[in-house]
Amino acid sequence: MACIEARGLRKAFGTTIALDGINLRVEEGRILGLIGPNGAGKTTALNAILGLTPYQGELRVLGRDPWTEREQLMRDVCFISDIAVLPRWIRVAQLLEYVAGVHPRFDRAKAEGFLAKTNIQRGSKVRELSKGMVTQLHLALVMAIDARLLVLDEPTLGLDILYRKQFYDSLLNDYYDRSRTIVVTTHQVEEIQNVLTDVMFMDRGRIVFSCSMEEVESRYAEVMVRPEQIAAAQKLRPIEERQLLGRGIMLFDLSQNQLDRTQLDRPQLDRAQLAALGEVRTPSIADLFVAVVGNHAGQATAAPKGAAR
Amino acid sequence: MNTPSNTMHESPLDAREIAPAVLSATRPFYWSVRRELWENRSIYIAPLAAGAVYLFAFLISLIWLPHHRIRGFSALDPAQQHEAITQPYDFAAGLFMATAMIVGVFYCLEALHGERRDRSILFWKSLPVSDVTTVLSKASIPYVVLPLLTVGLTVATQFIMLLLASAVLSAQGMSVANYWAQVSWFQMSLMLFYHLLTVHVLGHAPFYAWFLLVSAWARRAAILWAFLPPIAIMVVEKIAFNTTYFANMLGDALSGGTEAVPFPGRMPIDPGMQLTPGHFLLSPGLWIGLAITAAFLFAAVRLRRNREPI
Repeated sequence: MACIEARGLRKAFGTTIALDGINLRVEEGRILGLIGPNGAGKTTALNAILGLTPYQGELRVLGRDPWTEREQLMRDVCFISDIAVLPRWIRVAQLLEYVAGVHPRFDRAKAEGFLAKTNIQRGSKVRELSKGMVTQLHLALVMAIDARLLVLDEPTLGLDILYRKQFYDSLLNDYYDRSRTIVVTTHQVEEIQNVLTDVMFMDRGRIVFSCSMEEVESRYAEVMVRPEQIAAAQKLRPIEERQLLGRGIMLFDLSQNQLDRTQLDRPQLDRAQLAALGEVRTPSIADLFVAVVGNHAGQATAAPKGAAR
Repeated sequence: MNTPSNTMHESPLDAREIAPAVLSATRPFYWSVRRELWENRSIYIAPLAAGAVYLFAFLISLIWLPHHRIRGFSALDPAQQHEAITQPYDFAAGLFMATAMIVGVFYCLEALHGERRDRSILFWKSLPVSDVTTVLSKASIPYVVLPLLTVGLTVATQFIMLLLASAVLSAQGMSVANYWAQVSWFQMSLMLFYHLLTVHVLGHAPFYAWFLLVSAWARRAAILWAFLPPIAIMVVEKIAFNTTYFANMLGDALSGGTEAVPFPGRMPIDPGMQLTPGHFLLSPGLWIGLAITAAFLFAAVRLRRNREPI
């Protein structure tokens, strides 16, 4: 059974279409990164998955309809929606007691164990903790819940680099066990590149790109083209071209898919050909995003160019 | 929307989950009520503070008692004597009831509004607690917690008053027995309980439900949305038809209808008052009020489910 399955998922706020008929299938055990510019519909999609918002179309999460079965679904689903949602008045000890009281799959000793590794005091109120500590606290709670799906919506927004690194490290080391599914959205794409198993780009309420990370590595290549080879490289029709410190950087699609190539009128490429042009490497998700979403939308405002370094 | 294969997948899963679901049906409710008490400590601090201040004032009045009251006391007729003695007790009960009502109104207006304002609703909704459980646990504060607290604190305070007064009287060499007979503490407590149940819980139920509904609906200034529409209806009715049916209706409901009290602090605990529970239970006003309460609470649950953080 797929962890998340959506067909024709639609959601409109007045005349604004937030989700424009999304089809989506996330298998169990994957770590999916949902990347997109602000207003692409990522949070709306996650809210629909979490049963926080009504929608049109078909959606099953762990076999349940999230809108009508939120309460039961939340036994198997956890989410950190933004870092500011823990109630500010509550004490750490009360929070542990409450979650232990209402959640049948919460292991309090485990949460205490995670908290012991931090500087968080049991008697502190959430409002007295720093932003980073609040996130640590929320993560400790969530990791102590034996859930099947974890949804993270900008979980590290506004945290310093140490906390951000630590967040994904503990998630991978102490939580992820290949049977759990994680869906994460973030603007700090580079930080999760090595964490993900799948990546999905959203733009204007649609999924414009969906790919496993292995596929990204085999299908796309970025070449730092030597100046004398620029003209030759351009003949090979890169999907994206940019300048960095005076050097041309080109992104090539090595797709073996016959249909793709005829549609886009691109020649068949192989890595040996590209190696002759300059240094070849796997593109970062951010660069791929600019290439895919920028081209798809016919504009380049989706993300700042060259911001990936 | 259900495909046959999905339904087949679900049935064994549901069967497994029925047992723990039934067992733990009350647990989320219990913890949700505790959560409310953690967040809103004014629920018990305000009545406690009012009681402490009142006891202090009563103690001072006792110290002055021998100098003032006693001199003219024997000149009063028995009814006046009775009133002079029981008045402080009535007043204590009235004080706790008024405190509970104020706390209840402000609590309800904040209950479903605050969690959206500070976005913590996203955290509460990430836990397996239904919107029905949440709204009912919040409604239980004005319907159960505050009335029980009022009874408990009033009875305790009146008992302490009785002990203090007895100590002072016996120190003066006066009869304590007569004083106890006049106060009749136990009967007073029963009357108080009856009054709270009929007027403050059942009679006022639609008001608290309305405040909860407004707090689930309003984006800001819940207190204005709670009070301005009823006032607007009264004004429009008065100008358009020169009648005051709506105002009278609210007034009746507020004062407790058939179990009405001429003066809030006076009557509820007067042992001489006639109780008419049968009449009360048969009055249509009670059942209309309860139906309105249910409708308001249902709407509050729907709103909590649909509303996003502010």
